[in-house]
Amino acid sequence: MAGHNESILREPLITGENITYSQITEDILAPVENKPNKAWWIGFSIAVFFALVWVVTISYTFWVGLGSWGLNKTVGWAWDITGFVWWVGIGHAGTLISAVLLLFRQNWRNSINRSAEAMTIFAVICAATYIFAHMGRPWLAYWVFPLPNQFGSLWVNFNSPLVWDVFAISTYFSVSLVFWYTGLLPDIATIRDRATGVRRRVYSILSFGWAGSVKNWQRFEAVSLILAGVSTPLVLSVHTIVSFDFATSLEPGWHTTIFPPYFVAGAIFSGFAMVQTLLLIARKVMKWENYITMFHIESMNKIITVTGSIVGVAYLTELFIAWYSGVEYEQYAFLNRISGPYWWAYWSMMTCNVISPQLFWFKKIRTSIWASWLLSIVVNIGMWFERFVIIVTSLHRDYIPSSWVMFYPSAVDVLLFVGSIGVFFTLFLLFLRVLPGIAMAEVKLILKSASDQSKQKLIREGKVKPEQAEEYLQSLEKYDSVDYLKV
Amino acid sequence: MSNTKYILGHFEDPDDMMHGIEKLQENNVKIYDVYTPMPIHGIEDKLGYKRSRLPIAAFCFGITGTLVGFSMIYYMLVYDWPMNIGGKPPFAMPDFVPICFELTILFASYGMMFTFFYANHFFPGRAPRVMDLRATNDRFIIAIDAQANPYPDKINSLLNEAGAIEILHNERKYVSYE
Repeated sequence: MAGHNESILREPLITGENITYSQITEDILAPVENKPNKAWWIGFSIAVFFALVWVVTISYTFWVGLGSWGLNKTVGWAWDITGFVWWVGIGHAGTLISAVLLLFRQNWRNSINRSAEAMTIFAVICAATYIFAHMGRPWLAYWVFPLPNQFGSLWVNFNSPLVWDVFAISTYFSVSLVFWYTGLLPDIATIRDRATGVRRRVYSILSFGWAGSVKNWQRFEAVSLILAGVSTPLVLSVHTIVSFDFATSLEPGWHTTIFPPYFVAGAIFSGFAMVQTLLLIARKVMKWENYITMFHIESMNKIITVTGSIVGVAYLTELFIAWYSGVEYEQYAFLNRISGPYWWAYWSMMTCNVISPQLFWFKKIRTSIWASWLLSIVVNIGMWFERFVIIVTSLHRDYIPSSWVMFYPSAVDVLLFVGSIGVFFTLFLLFLRVLPGIAMAEVKLILKSASDQSKQKLIREGKVKPEQAEEYLQSLEKYDSVDYLKV
Repeated sequence: MSNTKYILGHFEDPDDMMHGIEKLQENNVKIYDVYTPMPIHGIEDKLGYKRSRLPIAAFCFGITGTLVGFSMIYYMLVYDWPMNIGGKPPFAMPDFVPICFELTILFASYGMMFTFFYANHFFPGRAPRVMDLRATNDRFIIAIDAQANPYPDKINSLLNEAGAIEILHNERKYVSYE
C-alpha cells in the first residue's frame, strides 16, 4: 500500500523536491504535449535520413536479388543473420525489464519499462526485416507458415528449428505488443483527459475507454502479472530457439550445447546496453533525471557486468570444450577464430564483451554517465562482432579446404545494416513524441514509498535511526539530480 | 430532492482516500465506484470486490494453445503427410515441444487480453465513462450515488473529515466527450 514506508537504506527511485502526482504527469507528458525541441529534430532528421537509406537499399535488394549482398557459395549466411540475431538480442531487455523484474518486485523497473518495451518492439521489427530480406523472394514469405497449398498438402517441416523460430519470433513480437499496449492504456487515458480537439479524439480511440475504476485496475493488475509470468519463459525460449538455428546443425563452431544459455545471457547483455544507450540520452533531452536516476543507471550497469561475465565464461568454456572434445574440426574452428583471417573480429568481440564490462566493478565508472554511455556503445559493437564471429568464421572454413573462402560485405550489406539502425531510431523518436516514455501510473505508485522527498521527510521527523539516515544521505552523493541538497 | 446524481469526493492522497472509504462504510454510505490514476492495493478487499478470474481464463486459453499446437503438428506431420527424414520416426515428440510452448503462450496472452477487454467493455473508440477528468491525473476520487444515498450533507461532512480537498455534486454522471 502507498502508506507503507520503505526502508531508509534503500536508495530513492524518484528524486526532486515537491514532486506531486500532477508534477509527474506534467514532467512525463512534456514531450508529448509540447512542440519537440531542437535536439529531437536533429536526432529525428538524422534517423529519417538513415531510414531512407534503408528503404533504398532494401528496395535494391528486392529488385536485383540477394546477389547484391556479399554472400558466396560457402558463406550463405553472413551479414543478414548477424543483423537479425543482433536485433533480436537487443529486443530481449525490454521483456526482461518488464516481466522478470516485475516478478522479482524490482521497483526500479517502473520508470524504464515502458521505453524498454517500445525498444523491444522496434528491435524485433528490425530483426524481422532481415528475415524477410534474406528469403530472397519476400513475396513468398508466407511459405514458412503451415498453410494448405496447391502442391498437395506438403506441410512445413516441424522438426526444423527454422520453423520453430518462425513461431518463436512471431509469438514474441505479438506478446510484447500486447504487454506494451495494455500497459499503455491508463497513460493514454491520462493524455486523453488533458487534451482537447482532435488530439482528444485520437487518444480517446486509442485509450479503449479506460476509466481507472476499481475493476479496471484490478483486472489490469491481474493481466500484467499473468503476462509477466508467461513472458518470462517466453523471453528465455526465444533466444534459445534462435541459438537452435545454429546448435542443431553439424557445423563445427555451431554444434554446441552451450548455445542456449550463452545466447540468452548475450541477449540480455546487449539489450541492457541498448537501453542504457537510449535512456541516458532520453533522460537528458526529456529532462527526466528525477525519474531515471543514478540508481537506475547503476543497476543496469550491474546487470551488464553480470551478463557480460556469463558471456565471458561461455567464450572460455567453448574454447576449452573445443580442445577437450578431441575433434580436430572443432579444434580448428576455434583456432581459426582466434588466429585465422578474422582474428580481428574475434579479438574485438573479446575486448568489447569480456574486458570492457569488467570496468563497471569500479564505482566511479559505474556511476559516470559518460563512461556508462560509451561502454554501452562498446558492448553493442562487441555483441555485433560476437554474432559475426559465430556465423562467418564458422562457415568460411568448414570441412573441405577446397571450398574455403573469405566473406566481404558489399556496400548494400553495410548500408542495409546502418539503415536498419535508422529505422529503429526513427520509430523510437516518434514513440517518444506521441506516447509517454515512462509509465506514469507505475511511477506514481512508488512516489510515496521510494522517493527522496518521502525519505527526507522521515529523516526530518526523526523516524529513522541517525546512523541509517547518515548512510542514506551518503548514498545520494552519486546522484546527479539532487543538487538541491548540496546547497 | 435535488438534481444531484453523483457526489464525487476528490482526494490528493491515496491514504486519505482509503480513510474516506472506511468512514463512508462505517456510516453505511454505499460507494458507487472509485477512480484513481494508479492501482491502489487492498482497495478490492475493502470494497468487497471478488478476486479477478482472469488467471483462470488465461490458464484455459493456454491449455487450448498447447492442444491446438500438438494436434496441428500431429495431423500435419504424422497423420496427413508422414515424411521420412533421415529414417527417423515421423512422430518425434521432442520436436513438438518448442511450437506447442510458443502457441501456449500466444493463446494464453491473447485470450486473456481479449477477455480483459471484453470484461471491461474496452474497444477502440469506446466513449470513455469518465466522471472527472482529473481521475487519470492526480486525483483519487470516490463516487457516491446521490439518489441511493439521499443525505448529501452527511456525505459532505464525512468526506471533509477524511481529508477530501474538493467535493462535487454532479448533475450528470459522465463527463461528456462530444
